[in-house]
Amino acid sequence: MKKRWYDYLWIVELIYMALGFFNILFAWLGMLFFCIPLIISLVRGTKGYCNRYCGRGQLFGLLGGRFGLSRKKDIPNWMKGKAFRYGFLIFFFVMFFQMLWNTYLVFAGVQDLRQAVTLLWTLKLPWHWAYHGTLFHPGVAQFAFGFYSVMLTSTILGLITMVLFKPRSWCVYCPMGTMTQLICKAKSPKGNIVTE
Amino acid sequence: MQAKTKTRRNAFIDADSCVACGCCVKVCPLGAVSVFRGIAARVDSKRCVGCGKCAKECPASVITIREVQE
Repeated sequence: MKKRWYDYLWIVELIYMALGFFNILFAWLGMLFFCIPLIISLVRGTKGYCNRYCGRGQLFGLLGGRFGLSRKKDIPNWMKGKAFRYGFLIFFFVMFFQMLWNTYLVFAGVQDLRQAVTLLWTLKLPWHWAYHGTLFHPGVAQFAFGFYSVMLTSTILGLITMVLFKPRSWCVYCPMGTMTQLICKAKSPKGNIVTE
Repeated sequence: MQAKTKTRRNAFIDADSCVACGCCVKVCPLGAVSVFRGIAARVDSKRCVGCGKCAKECPASVITIREVQE
């Protein structure tokens, strides 16, 4: 099958993750990975982002598939069930808003900038070497640390499930994927009905 | 005389559990799978030959290959 330009977007994902090690402010670019899928689903009513452009999915596919870093076993039933998928989406939302709240506190001057990346919502990793001051408010940097924490945490979860189950197991419970699918369902005139 | 029944293999998708990620679309060598309105994948049974590549790829393992009688 002929490769298209968008089959190489895994490189963008790799560069994004790498840039966060040099300057945390690059984490802001990750907003693209949040906004583009939402825009595509809202405007076109498709999961075009997941289907074509998701660099993270491609990266897992490559590592788990071509590089063989996956057991290629079936994902457990509970993980592909709606309860877990929607539950994880809600959990993700809560964590996201908590991150926005921390950003707000720094903007409001109530809290000082914390130069740390929080892994798996608990482990605080020192990350000061990726921060060299900013022309903007420290709140801008706080958001970057928080956002990069979200991206790194989800990458690690994705890598773990890639190894344990199928390469792209992350796609099953990816909050963006669940959210865009819900938007598509809401937009579809026939609702959930797929068969003609 | 015995009536001849042809059996062929076809992919079936559990649409309710499908996450519409599109992994199956990417691997299908015959372009027989598509994601319908971002909701679930759908197989064109006329084009599908039941090779099973999609079933192997599907991260949610919601595709099964079954024999169908014609």
